[in-house]
Amino acid sequence: MTNKDYLNDLSHIKELMNRSSRFLSLSGLSGILAGIYALVGAAFSYYYIFPRRSSILTLSQDNIVYVHSHYFKLLLLVLALVAGASIFTAYILSARQAKKNGEQMWTPVSKRLLINFLIPMVAGGIYILIKIKSQHYGLTASLMLLFYGLALVNASKYTLGTIRYLGYSQIVLGLICAAFPGYGFWFWVLGFGCLHILYGTLMYSKENKAA
Amino acid sequence: MSLIENINKLFDHRIRLGMMSILMVNEQVDFKMLKQLLGVTDGNLASHVKALEKANYIVIQKQFIGKKPNTQYRATKTGREAFKKHIEALEKLIQP
Repeated sequence: MTNKDYLNDLSHIKELMNRSSRFLSLSGLSGILAGIYALVGAAFSYYYIFPRRSSILTLSQDNIVYVHSHYFKLLLLVLALVAGASIFTAYILSARQAKKNGEQMWTPVSKRLLINFLIPMVAGGIYILIKIKSQHYGLTASLMLLFYGLALVNASKYTLGTIRYLGYSQIVLGLICAAFPGYGFWFWVLGFGCLHILYGTLMYSKENKAA
Repeated sequence: MSLIENINKLFDHRIRLGMMSILMVNEQVDFKMLKQLLGVTDGNLASHVKALEKANYIVIQKQFIGKKPNTQYRATKTGREAFKKHIEALEKLIQP
């Protein structure tokens, strides 16, 4: 056995360990597109929904922000559309990548990934909804970034490990956002828009280099 | 040479090495998944499973999920240690 054989053995071991415990068919392209959707949604909100701000939000005497339902519901709709489009795109692109890699979409591995990603997301989502119900809107953006970041870090154990760096960035951004009340919208744009495009591009260029 | 001694003869086969690798990072794996990951036939896999089980490196657990038979494999403590030693030996051999 030569040195090359031993090296082949070691890389074979590593490859099988990864393939059997991680879902590897995530494409950076889904990150780039998710970022674009977020920017489009943010632009729409900024130019269409926010100018009617006075009819959306009222700062009452006890400093609680009251939101007028129609435009707020529109904001939520935009959010849901952006999220929905991102998820759908990620699914389609992952399915295509999985086919290319000879990986299967629905295996115990990918199910584990989904569950572990969803746990912080669902917990965070419920928490944010509870807060919104009681008219506490101030921390919404930072909470979204925080829980999303945590979900990414958790999920990184079951898919491409580099996702955790995106997770760390979102967590940091969410914390800084909490320290600057009033700028939630801009931090949201930075996190869900710019960071997604940045990381998506990095991942995508690495994918193509390896191919 | 003592370095070569630590190279486990049992792992001198790609499929067995592969099987052990998978079982190192998963609590348990079933036959179907092993077959799919390693890309081997039923019979081929079965013969290697037998060899590893004989050496007490893996344990086999046969059960029924509803009416379908399901076979799960786990690595034993002995198996894990043997694998680790083998890896260490491989790494030492590569470094000049």
